Amino acid sequence: MIVELGHFALVLALAVALIQSVVPLIGAQRRWGTWMSVGEPAAITQVLLIGFSFAALTYAFVTSDFSLRLVVQNSHTLKPMIYKISGVWGNHEGSLLLWVLILALYGACVAWFGGNLPPSLRARVLAVQGMIGVAFLAFLLFTSNPFLRLAIPPMNGRDLNPLLQDPGLAFHPPFLYLGYVGLSMAFSFAVAALIEGRVDAAWGRWVRPWTLAAWVFLTIGIALGSWWAYYELGWGGFWFWDPVENASFMPWLFAAALLHSAIVVEKREALKSWTILLAILAFGFSLIGTFIVRSGVITSVHAFANDPERGVFILMILGLFMGGALTLYAARASAMEAKGVFAPVSRESALVANNLLLAVSAFVVFVGTVWPLVAELVFDRKLSVGPPFFNMAFTPFVVALAVLLPVGSVLPWKRGDLFRAAQPLAGVLVLSMALGALAWTLQTQRSILGPVGLVLAAWVVLGALADLWQRAGRGPLALRLARLTRLPRSDWGKAAAHIGFGVTVFAVAAVTAWKTEDIRVVQIGETYPLGPYVVQLRDVRDVPGPNYMATQAELVLQRDGQEIATLRPEKRMYPVARMPTTEAGIDHSLLRDVYLVIGDEQAAGGWAVRSYIEPFVNFIWIGCLLMALGGGLSLSDRRFRVAAGARRAAPGAVAAE
Amino acid sequence: MIRAGLLALVLLAAAPAAAVQPDEVLPDPALESRARELSKNLRCLVCRNESIDESHADLARDLRLLLRERLVAGDSDDEAMAFIVDRYGEYVLLTPTTGGSNLLLWLAGPAMLGAGGLIAAQYLRRRSGAGDPAPETLSEADARRLAELLDR
Repeated sequence: MIVELGHFALVLALAVALIQSVVPLIGAQRRWGTWMSVGEPAAITQVLLIGFSFAALTYAFVTSDFSLRLVVQNSHTLKPMIYKISGVWGNHEGSLLLWVLILALYGACVAWFGGNLPPSLRARVLAVQGMIGVAFLAFLLFTSNPFLRLAIPPMNGRDLNPLLQDPGLAFHPPFLYLGYVGLSMAFSFAVAALIEGRVDAAWGRWVRPWTLAAWVFLTIGIALGSWWAYYELGWGGFWFWDPVENASFMPWLFAAALLHSAIVVEKREALKSWTILLAILAFGFSLIGTFIVRSGVITSVHAFANDPERGVFILMILGLFMGGALTLYAARASAMEAKGVFAPVSRESALVANNLLLAVSAFVVFVGTVWPLVAELVFDRKLSVGPPFFNMAFTPFVVALAVLLPVGSVLPWKRGDLFRAAQPLAGVLVLSMALGALAWTLQTQRSILGPVGLVLAAWVVLGALADLWQRAGRGPLALRLARLTRLPRSDWGKAAAHIGFGVTVFAVAAVTAWKTEDIRVVQIGETYPLGPYVVQLRDVRDVPGPNYMATQAELVLQRDGQEIATLRPEKRMYPVARMPTTEAGIDHSLLRDVYLVIGDEQAAGGWAVRSYIEPFVNFIWIGCLLMALGGGLSLSDRRFRVAAGARRAAPGAVAAE
Repeated sequence: MIRAGLLALVLLAAAPAAAVQPDEVLPDPALESRARELSKNLRCLVCRNESIDESHADLARDLRLLLRERLVAGDSDDEAMAFIVDRYGEYVLLTPTTGGSNLLLWLAGPAMLGAGGLIAAQYLRRRSGAGDPAPETLSEADARRLAELLDR
């Protein structure tokens, strides 16, 4: 009964979304207040209906209702409760329901927090948001209905893909979707502004928090996914340039570009039409990502539930929204005249360079991701584009970004003197070079990667700190410190996010350059050296799990005769899904991870053991968290709460700065 | 597509082994590290987007052994790769070649950067050279009002 109600609520949500996408739009065009105000209740009703529907599906999973096809295919009574719940979105249908739920949630947020928007803009934003809702609800109901019943329910389910039975599944997809789908807000605002025919500083100020929020969620989502892929074997490590990884990375790059260009719109009223285009493209790439992940036209290690027919439907949605928005853009963008004037050496120009690099790097990732498809269809060549290509083609952009970042962020608006602005960075440059030279002499390999990564990272991190210090003005230390604490949150956010970027760059270079690997056969009781450590294989035994059988090794990590940790890597066999998995044993610490994997028992006795020392690897995700924290700090800045509302008091009047 | 998926599933189920096995490792560390570098660039043909260096599949193991055989026989890196590409096609290469239509792939980034850079440069010139439509000086009325406010 509850399941039927959930199904019914979903159909009703489609009807409500239809109303939401038509009525406010007509109202805004004709200036009919009552029609415009239909948007808010419709958006709130929609989120309540889809929320109920989602709860109903969760209920079916929790109670193991095997009359539901989806539950049979993805659940089992023996599965632990956390995976019964997260299993709701561990499949195509359920994850798409989560997708539309989040979409409706963002729409409702406009209704809840959009009080200070001009009524016509709010109505149009809600209408565009409603249209996206219609498309995806129709997709869900007509091609991927999660509520299909089975005539003859089986006794038990077929269990969730064992690789997905991990706490990662509970957090990674929801954050990722909050980011992906959050970009729909930037898109809706862009299309609404194109229909309105005006983009001003206030528009920039409204769009920026939504983009920031989406970008923060996307950053966290990607970081969680990368961490999951790192500790889960067979997924190629923390970053593999897999099509599915690229699918989330392209919108991230565009969102990063967008939130920088929106600053220029907000503060200087320039780059307007480019910002609109970026907002459209950012969501477009999030749709392309959805297509890549779900259609299966490009093979991926992370793929699940592929179906080319669904791909066609997503391609149609993509064509409809991108085609529509870009046509509108072509017709209206010329009306967005820029006001701000600035010199070639200025903060504005630096942000243009940032946008150029981010957008082109996203384009490179896109071309590399779809090239196998293009080559096969157009040139009849069956080929692969793998990590070595992306490392070669993408890294120069990261290097250029890192080199430009500290200089760009100290340049003043309008016009600046490069030498005067960069003076405080001289010390930073010398210090970074010295650090790099130190690393070069200390390391044993001849690879240049580690030291170069360190120089770039130190330049970015110390540059951000020097920028903050510069902002504290002149005077005695105590006064400067006091001023530092009174800096706007957005300044702190900027510094934190840039430092995070530097930290991640360093960690990726360090772990790639300085990783240690060891593969060998070890007898039980035997010890072997691993870098500065000694590892002993104490025991290997069979251990039963709740829904699997495990072969567990006990390895003791020692240093200078002291036991540091006992690690228990496992090989698991899931009998229902008939699939083996391997769980690594990891000793985490700030400066390095020791990563141990147990392999097969050898015919001649002993076990294959693989051991790695991953230096600084955790800083990859610490850097990502710093970036997200920076975004969050910036989001909490006073001007988004106060200044955005100021326009309602004086409509039409826009501050020049 | 479905058949490839099934095949991958069967292979995964049949061979729960980890990637490079201890018995594959060559005694000469220099040769072995060359083999590792090369095998990161070779695709496992039955897997979903994995290199033979990380793959668990039997076919990947065969390829790893074949590669090491060629290196031990005295092939240079290029010769060993050419040997494998001749037999398995360019699909096996994870770094696409720069020949023929692939030139488009390799040049896409630099070309886009060049084009984007030109557009951006033009935009910057327009922004700085377009002359200031809004005069920097205050209008007379504003100047009077400012003076009034300052005097107060």
